[in-house]
Amino acid sequence: MIARLDTWLKRVPNWAVWLAGFLPLAWLVWLVVSNDLGVDPVKEIEHRLGKIALWFLIGGLVITPLRKFVGLNFLRYRRAIGLLAFIYVVLHLMAWAVFDMGLLLSQAANDLFRRPYLIFGISAFILLIPLAVTSNKASIRKLGANWRRLHWLVYPAVLLGVVHYLWQMKVIRTEGWIWLAVVILLLATRIKFPKSSR
Amino acid sequence: MANRTKMNWSDVTPRPLWLNRRALIAGMGATALASPALAKIAAQPSRFSTDAKPNTLEEITNYNNFYEFGWDKTDPAANAGQLKIDPWSVQVDGLVDRPGTYDLADIMKDRPLEERIYRFRCVEAWSMVIPWIGFELAGLLNRFGVQPSAKYVAFQTLHRPEEMPGQRAGGINWPYVEGLRLDEAMNPLTIMATGLYGENLPKQNGAPLRLVVPWKYGFKSIKSIVKISLVAEQPPTTWQQLQPSEYGFFANVNPEVNHPRWSQATERTIGGGFFASRKETLKFNGYGDEVASLYSGLDLAKNY
Repeated sequence: MIARLDTWLKRVPNWAVWLAGFLPLAWLVWLVVSNDLGVDPVKEIEHRLGKIALWFLIGGLVITPLRKFVGLNFLRYRRAIGLLAFIYVVLHLMAWAVFDMGLLLSQAANDLFRRPYLIFGISAFILLIPLAVTSNKASIRKLGANWRRLHWLVYPAVLLGVVHYLWQMKVIRTEGWIWLAVVILLLATRIKFPKSSR
Repeated sequence: MANRTKMNWSDVTPRPLWLNRRALIAGMGATALASPALAKIAAQPSRFSTDAKPNTLEEITNYNNFYEFGWDKTDPAANAGQLKIDPWSVQVDGLVDRPGTYDLADIMKDRPLEERIYRFRCVEAWSMVIPWIGFELAGLLNRFGVQPSAKYVAFQTLHRPEEMPGQRAGGINWPYVEGLRLDEAMNPLTIMATGLYGENLPKQNGAPLRLVVPWKYGFKSIKSIVKISLVAEQPPTTWQQLQPSEYGFFANVNPEVNHPRWSQATERTIGGGFFASRKETLKFNGYGDEVASLYSGLDLAKNY
Protein backbone atom coordinates (compact mmCIF):
# COMPACT_ATOMS: atom_id res chain seq x y z
CA MET A 1 0.00 0.00 0.00
CA ILE A 2 2.66 2.47 1.09
CA ALA A 3 4.93 1.20 -1.65
CA ARG A 4 2.21 1.72 -4.25
CA LEU A 5 1.54 5.21 -2.99
CA ASP A 6 5.26 5.86 -3.11
CA THR A 7 5.48 4.70 -6.73
CA TRP A 8 2.52 6.83 -7.65
CA LEU A 9 3.99 9.87 -5.91
CA LYS A 10 7.19 9.51 -7.89
CA ARG A 11 5.17 10.22 -11.03
CA VAL A 12 4.14 13.65 -9.77
CA PRO A 13 6.27 16.09 -11.72
CA ASN A 14 8.14 18.82 -9.93
CA TRP A 15 6.31 21.57 -11.79
CA ALA A 16 3.09 20.31 -10.23
CA VAL A 17 4.59 20.89 -6.80
CA TRP A 18 5.56 24.42 -7.81
CA LEU A 19 2.11 25.04 -9.18
CA ALA A 20 0.47 23.75 -6.03
CA GLY A 21 2.87 25.86 -4.01
CA PHE A 22 1.63 29.03 -5.62
CA LEU A 23 -2.04 28.20 -5.07
CA PRO A 24 -2.07 29.79 -1.58
CA LEU A 25 -0.61 32.96 -3.09
CA ALA A 26 -3.15 32.94 -5.89
CA TRP A 27 -5.91 32.49 -3.32
CA LEU A 28 -4.57 35.41 -1.29
CA VAL A 29 -4.37 37.63 -4.37
CA TRP A 30 -7.95 36.65 -5.19
CA LEU A 31 -9.07 37.61 -1.68
CA VAL A 32 -7.36 40.98 -2.04
CA VAL A 33 -8.89 41.64 -5.44
CA SER A 34 -12.37 40.62 -4.31
CA ASN A 35 -11.96 42.72 -1.16
CA ASP A 36 -12.61 39.71 1.05
CA LEU A 37 -9.89 40.15 3.64
CA GLY A 38 -12.04 42.02 6.10
CA VAL A 39 -11.53 45.35 7.72
CA ASP A 40 -7.76 45.15 8.04
CA PRO A 41 -6.44 43.55 4.85
CA VAL A 42 -2.85 44.60 5.62
CA LYS A 43 -2.61 42.51 8.77
CA GLU A 44 -4.44 39.67 7.05
CA ILE A 45 -2.01 39.60 4.11
CA GLU A 46 1.00 39.79 6.40
CA HIS A 47 -0.22 37.07 8.74
CA ARG A 48 -1.40 34.74 6.01
CA LEU A 49 1.91 34.95 4.15
CA GLY A 50 3.77 34.19 7.37
CA LYS A 51 1.52 31.24 8.10
CA ILE A 52 1.94 29.84 4.59
CA ALA A 53 5.71 30.17 4.94
CA LEU A 54 5.45 28.17 8.14
CA TRP A 55 3.46 25.44 6.36
CA PHE A 56 6.19 25.02 3.77
CA LEU A 57 9.01 25.18 6.30
CA ILE A 58 7.31 22.41 8.26
CA GLY A 59 6.57 20.59 5.01
CA GLY A 60 10.29 20.54 4.31
CA LEU A 61 10.98 19.07 7.76
CA VAL A 62 8.37 16.34 7.35
CA ILE A 63 10.13 14.76 4.38
CA THR A 64 12.93 12.96 6.19
CA PRO A 65 10.78 11.41 8.95
CA LEU A 66 8.21 10.36 6.35
CA ARG A 67 10.93 8.51 4.49
CA LYS A 68 12.45 7.06 7.62
CA PHE A 69 9.35 6.01 9.51
CA VAL A 70 6.63 5.64 6.87
CA GLY A 71 8.58 4.75 3.78
CA LEU A 72 7.24 7.58 1.65
CA ASN A 73 9.88 9.36 -0.35
CA PHE A 74 9.25 12.99 -1.17
CA LEU A 75 12.92 13.85 -1.32
CA ARG A 76 12.77 14.95 -4.93
CA TYR A 77 10.25 17.65 -4.03
CA ARG A 78 12.17 19.02 -1.09
CA ARG A 79 14.00 21.72 -3.02
CA ALA A 80 10.76 23.08 -4.42
CA ILE A 81 9.14 23.02 -0.98
CA GLY A 82 12.13 24.74 0.62
CA LEU A 83 12.31 27.42 -2.05
CA LEU A 84 8.57 27.99 -1.83
CA ALA A 85 8.97 28.46 1.92
CA PHE A 86 11.69 31.02 1.28
CA ILE A 87 9.58 32.86 -1.29
CA TYR A 88 6.70 33.14 1.18
CA VAL A 89 9.08 34.35 3.89
CA VAL A 90 10.29 37.08 1.52
CA LEU A 91 6.71 38.05 0.63
CA HIS A 92 5.80 38.10 4.32
CA LEU A 93 8.75 40.39 5.04
CA MET A 94 7.84 42.64 2.12
CA ALA A 95 4.23 42.88 3.27
CA TRP A 96 5.51 43.96 6.67
CA ALA A 97 7.89 46.59 5.30
CA VAL A 98 5.65 48.00 2.59
CA PHE A 99 2.07 47.66 3.84
CA ASP A 100 2.42 47.41 7.60
CA MET A 101 5.32 49.76 8.25
CA GLY A 102 4.42 51.90 5.23
CA LEU A 103 8.11 51.95 4.38
CA LEU A 104 8.83 54.01 7.47
CA LEU A 105 12.19 52.35 7.36
CA SER A 106 13.75 54.07 10.33
CA GLN A 107 10.93 52.91 12.57
CA ALA A 108 10.99 49.51 10.97
CA ALA A 109 14.72 49.24 11.65
CA ASN A 110 14.26 50.59 15.13
CA ASP A 111 11.53 48.07 15.81
CA LEU A 112 13.55 45.30 14.28
CA PHE A 113 16.41 45.52 16.70
CA ARG A 114 14.39 46.17 19.81
CA ARG A 115 11.58 43.67 19.55
CA PRO A 116 12.59 40.10 20.26
CA TYR A 117 9.87 38.61 18.08
CA LEU A 118 11.05 40.66 15.11
CA ILE A 119 14.66 39.64 15.76
CA PHE A 120 13.56 36.00 15.75
CA GLY A 121 11.72 36.48 12.50
CA ILE A 122 14.48 38.35 10.71
CA SER A 123 17.10 35.90 12.01
CA ALA A 124 15.13 33.03 10.55
CA PHE A 125 15.04 34.88 7.24
CA ILE A 126 18.78 35.56 7.29
CA LEU A 127 19.54 31.91 8.05
CA LEU A 128 17.42 30.85 5.11
CA ILE A 129 19.18 33.10 2.57
CA PRO A 130 22.30 30.91 2.08
CA LEU A 131 20.06 27.86 1.88
CA ALA A 132 17.99 29.38 -0.90
CA VAL A 133 21.12 30.57 -2.71
CA THR A 134 22.68 27.10 -2.63
CA SER A 135 19.53 25.24 -3.65
CA ASN A 136 20.92 24.11 -6.99
CA LYS A 137 22.89 21.19 -8.34
CA ALA A 138 26.02 23.26 -8.96
CA SER A 139 26.20 24.34 -5.31
CA ILE A 140 25.64 20.80 -4.09
CA ARG A 141 28.51 19.61 -6.24
CA LYS A 142 30.77 22.48 -5.28
CA LEU A 143 30.08 22.38 -1.56
CA GLY A 144 30.17 18.61 -1.19
CA ALA A 145 29.80 17.57 2.46
CA ASN A 146 29.63 21.21 3.48
CA TRP A 147 26.31 21.53 1.69
CA ARG A 148 24.69 19.24 4.25
CA ARG A 149 26.37 21.13 7.08
CA LEU A 150 25.12 24.43 5.69
CA HIS A 151 21.59 23.17 5.23
CA TRP A 152 21.49 22.07 8.83
CA LEU A 153 20.66 25.77 9.38
CA VAL A 154 17.08 25.04 8.43
CA TYR A 155 16.51 23.61 11.93
CA PRO A 156 17.31 26.76 13.88
CA ALA A 157 15.56 28.81 11.18
CA VAL A 158 12.26 26.96 11.57
CA LEU A 159 12.51 27.07 15.34
CA LEU A 160 13.13 30.84 15.24
CA GLY A 161 10.27 31.22 12.82
CA VAL A 162 7.75 29.42 14.99
CA VAL A 163 8.87 31.30 18.12
CA HIS A 164 8.49 34.55 16.14
CA TYR A 165 4.93 33.47 15.31
CA LEU A 166 4.06 32.68 18.93
CA TRP A 167 5.75 35.73 20.39
CA GLN A 168 3.81 38.29 18.37
CA MET A 169 0.50 37.02 19.75
CA LYS A 170 -0.99 39.15 22.49
CA VAL A 171 -1.95 35.94 24.25
CA ILE A 172 -0.55 32.67 22.92
CA ARG A 173 -3.44 30.62 21.64
CA THR A 174 -3.79 26.86 21.41
CA GLU A 175 -3.05 26.98 17.69
CA GLY A 176 0.33 28.54 18.42
CA TRP A 177 1.25 25.85 20.92
CA ILE A 178 0.27 23.16 18.42
CA TRP A 179 2.58 24.61 15.75
CA LEU A 180 5.41 24.83 18.26
CA ALA A 181 4.81 21.23 19.37
CA VAL A 182 4.86 20.03 15.75
CA VAL A 183 8.16 21.79 15.08
CA ILE A 184 9.75 20.45 18.25
CA LEU A 185 8.54 16.95 17.44
CA LEU A 186 9.97 17.15 13.93
CA LEU A 187 13.28 18.46 15.23
CA ALA A 188 13.34 15.69 17.83
CA THR A 189 13.26 13.09 15.07
CA ARG A 190 16.67 14.45 14.00
CA ILE A 191 18.35 13.70 17.28
CA LYS A 192 20.81 10.89 16.75
CA PHE A 193 21.06 8.54 19.68
CA PRO A 194 24.28 6.60 20.01
CA LYS A 195 23.78 3.13 18.56
CA SER A 196 23.16 0.53 21.19
CA SER A 197 26.04 -1.94 21.48
CA ARG A 198 23.82 -5.00 21.66
CA MET B 1 -17.36 32.11 -1.83
CA ALA B 2 -17.59 30.98 1.74
CA ASN B 3 -16.92 34.40 3.15
CA ARG B 4 -19.72 35.89 1.12
CA THR B 5 -22.34 33.75 2.76
CA LYS B 6 -21.39 34.82 6.25
CA MET B 7 -23.63 37.48 7.66
CA ASN B 8 -22.01 40.63 8.84
CA TRP B 9 -23.27 43.94 10.02
CA SER B 10 -23.30 45.46 6.61
CA ASP B 11 -25.90 42.86 5.76
CA VAL B 12 -28.00 43.64 8.77
CA THR B 13 -28.04 47.33 8.09
CA PRO B 14 -28.99 48.14 4.53
CA ARG B 15 -26.02 49.71 2.85
CA PRO B 16 -27.77 52.89 1.67
CA LEU B 17 -28.88 53.44 5.22
CA TRP B 18 -25.48 53.37 6.76
CA LEU B 19 -24.00 55.30 3.92
CA ASN B 20 -26.66 57.87 4.60
CA ARG B 21 -25.67 57.89 8.21
CA ARG B 22 -22.10 58.60 7.16
CA ALA B 23 -23.37 61.64 5.31
CA LEU B 24 -25.41 62.52 8.35
CA ILE B 25 -22.38 62.49 10.57
CA ALA B 26 -20.34 64.40 8.04
CA GLY B 27 -22.97 67.07 7.87
CA MET B 28 -23.54 67.43 11.59
CA GLY B 29 -25.51 70.48 12.55
CA ALA B 30 -28.58 71.95 10.96
CA THR B 31 -28.48 69.71 7.91
CA ALA B 32 -28.42 66.64 10.11
CA LEU B 33 -31.84 67.51 11.44
CA ALA B 34 -33.21 67.47 7.93
CA SER B 35 -33.43 63.67 7.97
CA PRO B 36 -34.71 62.84 11.45
CA ALA B 37 -36.05 59.46 10.33
CA LEU B 38 -32.51 58.10 10.20
CA ALA B 39 -31.31 59.40 13.53
CA LYS B 40 -32.96 57.06 15.98
CA ILE B 41 -31.11 58.36 18.98
CA ALA B 42 -31.26 62.04 19.65
CA ALA B 43 -27.80 63.13 20.68
CA GLN B 44 -26.24 66.54 20.93
CA PRO B 45 -23.01 67.28 19.12
CA SER B 46 -20.05 67.83 21.39
CA ARG B 47 -17.15 70.23 21.40
CA PHE B 48 -14.95 67.24 22.25
CA SER B 49 -15.62 65.58 18.89
CA THR B 50 -12.80 65.37 16.42
CA ASP B 51 -13.46 66.55 12.89
CA ALA B 52 -11.57 63.57 11.54
CA LYS B 53 -13.59 61.32 9.27
CA PRO B 54 -15.10 58.43 11.22
CA ASN B 55 -14.52 54.85 10.19
CA THR B 56 -17.42 53.09 8.51
CA LEU B 57 -19.94 51.20 10.60
CA GLU B 58 -18.76 48.06 8.87
CA GLU B 59 -15.19 48.64 10.01
CA ILE B 60 -16.18 49.53 13.55
CA THR B 61 -18.41 46.49 13.93
CA ASN B 62 -16.20 43.87 12.27
CA TYR B 63 -12.86 44.58 13.86
CA ASN B 64 -13.24 44.10 17.59
CA ASN B 65 -11.18 42.83 20.44
CA PHE B 66 -13.86 41.40 22.69
CA TYR B 67 -12.29 38.17 23.87
CA GLU B 68 -15.49 37.09 25.58
CA PHE B 69 -16.60 36.19 22.06
CA GLY B 70 -13.35 34.76 20.69
CA TRP B 71 -9.76 35.68 19.89
CA ASP B 72 -10.18 36.88 16.33
CA LYS B 73 -11.29 40.37 15.52
CA THR B 74 -14.16 39.00 13.50
CA ASP B 75 -15.33 36.64 16.27
CA PRO B 76 -17.33 39.24 18.20
CA ALA B 77 -19.37 40.12 15.11
CA ALA B 78 -19.97 36.42 14.51
CA ASN B 79 -20.72 35.37 18.10
CA ALA B 80 -22.12 38.33 19.99
CA GLY B 81 -25.62 37.89 18.55
CA GLN B 82 -26.50 35.34 21.21
CA LEU B 83 -25.86 37.80 24.04
CA LYS B 84 -29.05 38.87 25.84
CA ILE B 85 -28.85 42.52 26.77
CA ASP B 86 -32.42 42.98 27.88
CA PRO B 87 -33.01 43.02 30.82
CA TRP B 88 -29.77 44.65 31.91
CA SER B 89 -28.84 46.01 35.27
CA VAL B 90 -25.74 47.47 36.82
CA GLN B 91 -24.69 46.83 40.38
CA VAL B 92 -23.27 49.92 42.04
CA ASP B 93 -21.42 49.40 45.29
CA GLY B 94 -18.50 50.43 47.43
CA LEU B 95 -17.96 53.94 48.70
CA VAL B 96 -21.22 55.46 47.50
CA ASP B 97 -24.21 56.90 49.34
CA ARG B 98 -26.75 55.16 47.14
CA PRO B 99 -25.52 51.66 46.32
CA GLY B 100 -27.85 49.24 44.62
CA THR B 101 -28.74 47.39 41.49
CA TYR B 102 -29.88 49.83 38.87
CA ASP B 103 -31.86 48.91 35.81
CA LEU B 104 -30.31 50.15 32.56
CA ALA B 105 -33.25 52.51 32.01
CA ASP B 106 -32.59 53.90 35.44
CA ILE B 107 -28.90 54.34 34.69
CA MET B 108 -29.73 56.25 31.54
CA LYS B 109 -32.52 58.33 33.08
CA ASP B 110 -31.81 62.05 32.67
CA ARG B 111 -28.38 61.38 31.18
CA PRO B 112 -27.88 63.91 28.39
CA LEU B 113 -26.80 61.93 25.33
CA GLU B 114 -24.09 63.40 23.18
CA GLU B 115 -22.37 62.28 20.07
CA ARG B 116 -18.65 62.05 20.74
CA ILE B 117 -16.53 61.40 17.70
CA TYR B 118 -13.35 60.14 19.31
CA ARG B 119 -10.06 58.80 18.10
CA PHE B 120 -9.65 55.23 19.30
CA ARG B 121 -6.13 53.84 19.69
CA CYS B 122 -5.57 50.16 20.41
CA VAL B 123 -2.52 48.99 22.31
CA GLU B 124 -1.85 46.79 19.25
CA ALA B 125 -0.92 49.99 17.36
CA TRP B 126 -3.96 50.43 15.15
CA SER B 127 -6.54 53.16 15.34
CA MET B 128 -10.00 54.19 14.24
CA VAL B 129 -12.29 57.19 14.57
CA ILE B 130 -15.60 56.28 16.18
CA PRO B 131 -18.81 58.30 16.48
CA TRP B 132 -19.95 57.17 19.91
CA ILE B 133 -23.18 58.17 21.55
CA GLY B 134 -23.05 58.37 25.30
CA PHE B 135 -23.04 60.45 28.41
CA GLU B 136 -20.34 61.65 30.76
CA LEU B 137 -19.47 59.16 33.46
CA ALA B 138 -19.04 61.98 35.99
CA GLY B 139 -22.74 62.81 35.96
CA LEU B 140 -23.67 59.18 36.55
CA LEU B 141 -21.20 58.72 39.40
CA ASN B 142 -22.41 61.90 41.07
CA ARG B 143 -25.92 60.49 41.11
CA PHE B 144 -24.73 57.64 43.30
CA GLY B 145 -23.11 60.01 45.79
CA VAL B 146 -19.40 59.34 45.66
CA GLN B 147 -17.95 59.38 49.16
CA PRO B 148 -14.78 61.41 49.84
CA SER B 149 -12.81 58.28 50.66
CA ALA B 150 -13.32 56.89 47.15
CA LYS B 151 -10.19 57.21 45.03
CA TYR B 152 -10.80 54.76 42.20
CA VAL B 153 -13.63 53.33 40.14
CA ALA B 154 -13.65 49.63 39.31
CA PHE B 155 -15.70 48.20 36.45
CA GLN B 156 -16.71 44.66 35.62
CA THR B 157 -17.98 43.07 32.42
CA LEU B 158 -20.82 40.58 32.34
CA HIS B 159 -19.81 36.99 33.12
CA ARG B 160 -22.18 34.69 31.28
CA PRO B 161 -20.24 31.82 29.71
CA GLU B 162 -23.36 30.28 28.18
CA GLU B 163 -23.69 33.33 25.93
CA MET B 164 -20.04 34.32 25.77
CA PRO B 165 -18.09 31.44 24.22
CA GLY B 166 -14.72 33.04 24.96
CA GLN B 167 -15.46 32.79 28.66
CA ARG B 168 -15.78 29.03 28.32
CA ALA B 169 -12.18 28.91 27.10
CA GLY B 170 -9.23 29.58 29.33
CA GLY B 171 -6.49 32.14 28.97
CA ILE B 172 -8.12 34.98 30.86
CA ASN B 173 -9.39 35.09 34.40
CA TRP B 174 -13.02 36.09 33.74
CA PRO B 175 -14.85 38.34 34.28
CA TYR B 176 -12.97 41.17 32.60
CA VAL B 177 -12.26 43.98 35.02
CA GLU B 178 -10.95 47.49 34.54
CA GLY B 179 -10.47 50.60 36.61
CA LEU B 180 -9.82 54.32 36.57
CA ARG B 181 -8.52 56.80 39.06
CA LEU B 182 -11.46 58.89 40.26
CA ASP B 183 -10.17 62.07 38.60
CA GLU B 184 -9.83 60.19 35.31
CA ALA B 185 -13.36 58.87 35.68
CA MET B 186 -14.66 62.39 36.39
CA ASN B 187 -12.92 63.94 33.39
CA PRO B 188 -15.50 65.21 30.89
CA LEU B 189 -13.85 63.17 28.11
CA THR B 190 -14.71 59.94 29.90
CA ILE B 191 -18.06 58.66 28.74
CA MET B 192 -20.35 55.70 29.06
CA ALA B 193 -21.30 54.84 25.50
CA THR B 194 -24.68 53.41 24.66
CA GLY B 195 -24.74 54.02 20.94
CA LEU B 196 -22.82 54.27 17.74
CA TYR B 197 -23.63 55.99 14.47
CA GLY B 198 -26.97 57.14 15.77
CA GLU B 199 -28.11 53.69 16.86
CA ASN B 200 -27.92 51.53 19.93
CA LEU B 201 -24.51 50.07 20.53
CA PRO B 202 -23.98 46.83 18.55
CA LYS B 203 -23.35 43.86 20.81
CA GLN B 204 -19.83 43.29 19.53
CA ASN B 205 -18.96 46.84 20.55
CA GLY B 206 -19.95 46.29 24.17
CA ALA B 207 -23.71 46.70 24.34
CA PRO B 208 -25.61 47.93 26.13
CA LEU B 209 -23.22 50.04 28.16
CA ARG B 210 -19.48 50.49 27.83
CA LEU B 211 -16.79 52.82 28.96
CA VAL B 212 -14.89 55.02 26.52
CA VAL B 213 -11.69 56.70 27.67
CA PRO B 214 -10.25 58.16 24.48
CA TRP B 215 -6.77 59.07 25.74
CA LYS B 216 -6.07 55.52 26.92
CA TYR B 217 -5.46 52.33 24.99
CA GLY B 218 -8.66 50.62 23.96
CA PHE B 219 -8.49 47.81 26.48
CA LYS B 220 -9.27 50.31 29.26
CA SER B 221 -12.64 51.01 27.65
CA ILE B 222 -14.40 48.03 29.21
CA LYS B 223 -17.48 46.65 27.52
CA SER B 224 -20.89 45.35 28.60
CA ILE B 225 -20.58 46.68 32.13
CA VAL B 226 -22.58 45.06 34.95
CA LYS B 227 -20.81 46.44 37.97
CA ILE B 228 -19.34 49.75 39.05
CA SER B 229 -17.56 49.98 42.39
CA LEU B 230 -16.15 53.06 44.08
CA VAL B 231 -13.06 51.99 45.98
CA ALA B 232 -10.18 53.43 47.97
CA GLU B 233 -7.38 51.31 46.54
CA GLN B 234 -6.26 50.85 42.95
CA PRO B 235 -8.35 47.95 41.65
CA PRO B 236 -6.90 45.01 39.70
CA THR B 237 -7.33 45.15 35.93
CA THR B 238 -7.46 42.18 33.60
CA TRP B 239 -4.53 42.97 31.31
CA GLN B 240 -2.32 44.13 34.10
CA GLN B 241 -2.95 40.86 35.93
CA LEU B 242 -2.30 38.90 32.76
CA GLN B 243 0.97 40.58 31.75
CA PRO B 244 2.06 43.31 34.20
CA SER B 245 5.29 44.06 32.33
CA GLU B 246 3.34 44.91 29.19
CA TYR B 247 0.08 46.44 30.36
CA GLY B 248 -0.14 48.95 33.15
CA PHE B 249 -2.99 50.41 35.14
CA PHE B 250 -2.82 53.79 33.41
CA ALA B 251 -2.37 52.62 29.82
CA ASN B 252 -2.28 56.18 28.53
CA VAL B 253 -1.60 56.39 24.81
CA ASN B 254 2.04 57.41 24.67
CA PRO B 255 4.33 57.25 21.64
CA GLU B 256 7.35 57.66 23.91
CA VAL B 257 6.69 54.57 25.98
CA ASN B 258 6.87 51.45 23.87
CA HIS B 259 5.17 48.18 24.48
CA PRO B 260 7.98 45.74 25.35
CA ARG B 261 7.27 43.85 22.13
CA TRP B 262 6.42 46.65 19.71
CA SER B 263 6.77 50.35 19.17
CA GLN B 264 3.94 52.70 20.08
CA ALA B 265 5.46 55.57 18.07
CA THR B 266 3.12 55.07 15.13
CA GLU B 267 -0.22 53.47 14.43
CA ARG B 268 -1.95 51.99 11.43
CA THR B 269 -5.27 53.63 10.65
CA ILE B 270 -7.89 51.01 9.89
CA GLY B 271 -9.48 51.78 6.55
CA GLY B 272 -6.40 53.68 5.49
CA GLY B 273 -5.71 51.49 2.47
CA PHE B 274 -2.61 49.54 1.54
CA PHE B 275 -0.10 52.35 1.42
CA ALA B 276 0.75 55.05 3.91
CA SER B 277 -1.90 54.01 6.41
CA ARG B 278 0.64 54.43 9.20
CA LYS B 279 0.75 57.73 11.04
CA GLU B 280 2.41 59.08 14.13
CA THR B 281 0.76 58.40 17.44
CA LEU B 282 -0.11 61.45 19.53
CA LYS B 283 0.60 61.62 23.22
CA PHE B 284 -2.62 61.01 25.16
CA ASN B 285 -4.03 60.17 21.74
CA GLY B 286 -4.19 63.90 21.01
CA TYR B 287 -6.24 64.70 24.13
CA GLY B 288 -3.33 66.19 26.06
CA ASP B 289 -5.00 69.59 26.45
CA GLU B 290 -7.79 67.96 28.39
CA VAL B 291 -5.93 65.33 30.39
CA ALA B 292 -2.17 65.94 30.57
CA SER B 293 -2.64 67.87 33.82
CA LEU B 294 -4.01 64.72 35.45
CA TYR B 295 -0.54 63.24 35.31
CA SER B 296 1.72 66.15 36.16
CA GLY B 297 4.58 64.93 38.28
CA LEU B 298 3.92 61.31 37.37
CA ASP B 299 6.68 59.38 35.60
CA LEU B 300 4.74 58.04 32.63
CA ALA B 301 7.51 55.63 31.69
CA LYS B 302 7.13 53.93 35.06
CA ASN B 303 3.37 54.41 35.31
CA TYR B 304 2.54 53.06 31.87
